[in-house]
Parts: sequence; C-alpha cells; structure tokens
Amino acid sequence: MQIDVEHIARLARLGLSEEEKKTFGDQLAAILTYAENLQKLDTAAVPPTAHAIPLKNVLREDKAIPCTNVEAILDNAPEVENHMFKVPKILE
Amino acid sequence: MQTKTAHELHNLLINKKISSLELTEMVFGRIDKTENKVNAFVTLTREEALKQARAADGRIKAGKDVTLLTGIPIAIKDNMCTHGIRTTCSSKILADYIPPYDATVVAKIKRAGAVIIGKTNMDEFAMGSSTENSGFHPTHNPWDLQKVPGGSSGGSAAAVAADEAILATGSDTGGSIRQPASFCGVVGLKPTYGRISRYGLVAFASSLDQIGPISKDVTDAALLMNIMAGHDPLDSTSVDLPVPDYTKALIDDVKKVKIGLIKNLLGEGIDPKVRNAVKQAADHFSKLGAELIEVELPTFEYAVATYYLIAPAEASSNLARYDGVKFGHRAKPTKDLISMYYETRRAGFGPEVKRRIMLGTYALSAGYYDAYYLKALKVRTLIKQDFEKAFGQCDVLISPTAPSPAFRIKEKVSDPLSMYLSDIATIPVNLAGLPAISIPCGFSDNMPIGLQIIGQAFAEEIILRAAFTYEQNTEWHKSKAPVE
Repeated sequence: MQIDVEHIARLARLGLSEEEKKTFGDQLAAILTYAENLQKLDTAAVPPTAHAIPLKNVLREDKAIPCTNVEAILDNAPEVENHMFKVPKILE
Repeated sequence: MQTKTAHELHNLLINKKISSLELTEMVFGRIDKTENKVNAFVTLTREEALKQARAADGRIKAGKDVTLLTGIPIAIKDNMCTHGIRTTCSSKILADYIPPYDATVVAKIKRAGAVIIGKTNMDEFAMGSSTENSGFHPTHNPWDLQKVPGGSSGGSAAAVAADEAILATGSDTGGSIRQPASFCGVVGLKPTYGRISRYGLVAFASSLDQIGPISKDVTDAALLMNIMAGHDPLDSTSVDLPVPDYTKALIDDVKKVKIGLIKNLLGEGIDPKVRNAVKQAADHFSKLGAELIEVELPTFEYAVATYYLIAPAEASSNLARYDGVKFGHRAKPTKDLISMYYETRRAGFGPEVKRRIMLGTYALSAGYYDAYYLKALKVRTLIKQDFEKAFGQCDVLISPTAPSPAFRIKEKVSDPLSMYLSDIATIPVNLAGLPAISIPCGFSDNMPIGLQIIGQAFAEEIILRAAFTYEQNTEWHKSKAPVE
C-alpha cells in the first residue's frame, strides 16, 4: 500500500522529519492493511453509528453572560497585544 | 493508614481517629518514599492539598457538608482541567498550560471536600496502552518496576496500587481506565457514555471518551461514581437521567443473575493463565448462584480495526486546536502563519500523537472517507447489534480485561499494531457506549489479572453488584503491590 505521507502531513499542518515520513509511511501502511479486514463484512444495508447513545441538538437561550477571567485566558497565550492574540502576518 | 480504602478512612475521619491533615501527610510521606520508583505523577500539589485537608477537617469538626469523600486524598488524571494548576495531558504542547477553570468532575470532587494531591501521568493525549507515550517520563508498575502500568490512565492506576493515592480519576476511550486497573491490580470503572460530564476533559475521541473512577475496591468506585455522575449543562452529550445511589447496588448476591461468558475473548491470542483465571471467575459466579451462559460476539474481531479508524479520525479533528495561537506551545520565530502551525505541532506532539493525527487525517481525506471512516461507522453498528443480541439473554457479560498481564517496558513500543491489539477486549465496549468494570481476579507470575464485567447502557448498578459479590467472596483485591 502506497500512502502520500507528505500530502497527509500537509492536510494535518504537521511538520515531519524525513525519518518520521519514512517510519509513518510504513506504519500507516501496516495499520491500514489490517483495517482492510473490515471490507470482508457486507455493510451495504447497515446504517452508520457516529454516536452509541442517541443524541440530539441541545439548544439554550442566546443570552450574554459576563466573562470574568479574560486575564487568566490571555495569560496562556503565546503572544498578546492590546488584549488580542497576536499571530504572524497573514496579508502582505 | 494510606493502604486503607476511602470508605474505611471515612469512618476513621468522622470518628476523629485521624484527621484529614494527618492522612494527607501520610499519603505524601508514602509518595516521598515510592514516587521516585513509580513515577505516577506529573505534578504534585502538596501545599494546596494541605490547605484542602485543613478545610476538610473544619467541615468534619463542624459536622457540616460532610460527604463520604470529605478529607480523602485523591489523584486527578492530567487531562482533566484544574483551575490554576497546570494540566499537561502529558504533552509538551501543553507543558505550561494553566487552566482558567475546573473540569466539572474536578469541581464536583472539590465540592465534596476531597483533597486533590496531584495530577497523574498518562499517555500523551490519552493515546496509548502503556503510559510510555508520556511526553515527560514513563510510569512503572508497582508490582514489577520493569513492567508498564498499562495506559492511558497508567499514572492513576499505579498511584492507587502503590498507595500514593486513596482514589483516582481516569478516562477511558478504548480501555484507558480498565486496562491499567487490570495491570495494576485495582478496580477501574468506565461508565456509560454520557453518564459523567466531559466538560474540562481534554478531548481525544469525543464519541468514545468517558471519565470514571480508579479505586482499591468496588465500594470506593461506587462512592466516587456518586460524586461524579450526572447531567451537566456545560456538556451537551451528558445525559439528563436521574443518578441512583450507587452504594445501594453493593449487594452480595448474584443468585439468578444471568452472566454471559464471551467465548471468543477466551481463544487465540489470550494468555492461557488469563484465560484460566477468567474461567475460574465464571465458575465462582456459578457457585454463587448465577446462571452462566456462553455467548459469542463474532464482530469483536473487527473492533480494533474499527476503533483505530474512528478514534484517530476524531482525534485529528479535536487536536487541530493545538496551533500555537491561543494557548499551549508556539514555535518561534517563524516566517509565516503556516510555518508556525507546522513547527509548533512538530515540536509539541510526540510520535504516537503524530501517528494518530496522520491516520485520522488519512481516513477522513477525500477519496478515502467512504472506504475507511464511513465503513468503520457501519461496522460500529454491527458491534453494537452483537451486544444487543447478547443482552437479550444476559444481564452482564464477562471477559478478560486485557489479553495478558502487564508487559515489559519497551516491549511493544516499536510495533504500534501489536500495542493496539492489547485493547481487543475493552474497545468494543467504548464503540457501543456501554459501562464496564475491571476487578482483580488472579495473578500470573505475581502480576495481577483483571476480570471485565460489562453491562447495558446505564446499568452500572448490576455490574457493581456482580463485581461487589465477586470481591466479597474472593481475596485478590487484598494483595498489595510489593513496591517499597
């Protein structure tokens, strides 16, 4: 099985070393080959189960409540400016 | 004193035979002695714990707001947010993260007056079966320091087994409470999906994750369930059903209870000594008056493959939030936003987390979604139906918790698939959202063996009753790990 490791890493925004690309390529191929076993089961008429317990959307009133721990939240940020998260420039 | 259970200590506390402060100091005394060998914790919160112990003593003295856990030292798995105390998930990407809030279970444990002694080690983001994937250090099994404690809640199970904590919390996505409980000779309960709020639990695979207790006996598991269970408006997947008093389920009687022995989990790939111990446990139940039925759940052989598509798919989506923007590690300096993402995640995540993000991203990617992810969701339905059939004729099902006792450190690190297969007996339960408990049922070369008892959704009471009955009529849980 051939897996385009670089393409998948790009989708996942994951930086990998050359060694990791090789190892993950081999390991993912082994795991996915094992997963091929599932093809033995006929599931044409079987509905998918995304959640084991039936769930439905839970709505609440759209009500503003005060946020009192802004400082504690910002304290965890790598870079802050004027009470905002700072990131590298995205527009020229 | 720290070798006692929470319910034994509760009686000593309310009868003023001991104070919570003394008890907490004894637990830290034990930690000072054994923690350098076991390495169960990521963070110890000694000062804060002594403060909480004094407050608990105040409550007991005043006879006000005393719960069964008031003054009892408890360890919290490090993927549950603790206000003001760093919560790392054993990941470098969260090494300095200080939550600005408590997880709902932590808030409930604090309100009950329990004493939080620290945060326990785990496989990074709960991905693993040995706690070797911790971004900081491995944890050692208190029964044999050369062996793994299981995982991902290995720190919690090892802490309880080594008497470094009276109780602990764990989380279980594919066996992460039950398998370490089995490896460390303690009790671990994974409740029904939705029974306990996941608010403040760092998400791994949201349709499978569930919090539960790790304890020295079944009674203590019921006590902690009473505190943790219940609906939470902050977790829309928590279920709004009344919470029973789980201690009322602790009845020493299994007469007429229909117990299904899962035959296909006693075959090939299961250690003969484990198989033997489980068969003897089944015979014991039958001697105690239970009705023993042999059942087959044939789709279980597809459960590991199903899980290792669904869980990584959910994880790859959940872990997208670790991008270096709002919290956690950020690589710097980087030339642009995209390279900030790449470098932050390269440096912050360990190999197993990267492997699962890759696997999940692949399973969800264009062209493969139907063949892998959707196929797995359909097989999940078949596994659920297998359980439904079995529960048509049984009240509970039993099996080994794990196919073998604890393995050696490093034994399975280089072969992820063989590590994944060690979850064969626990994974189907998460896929179906059911409750299950692991309790000690024997030893193989001085290493504990765990018995898994599975119930229908929200039938925690019947599995607690079966587990309690077995425990009352056996001595396995009384053996202590030899670490000194």
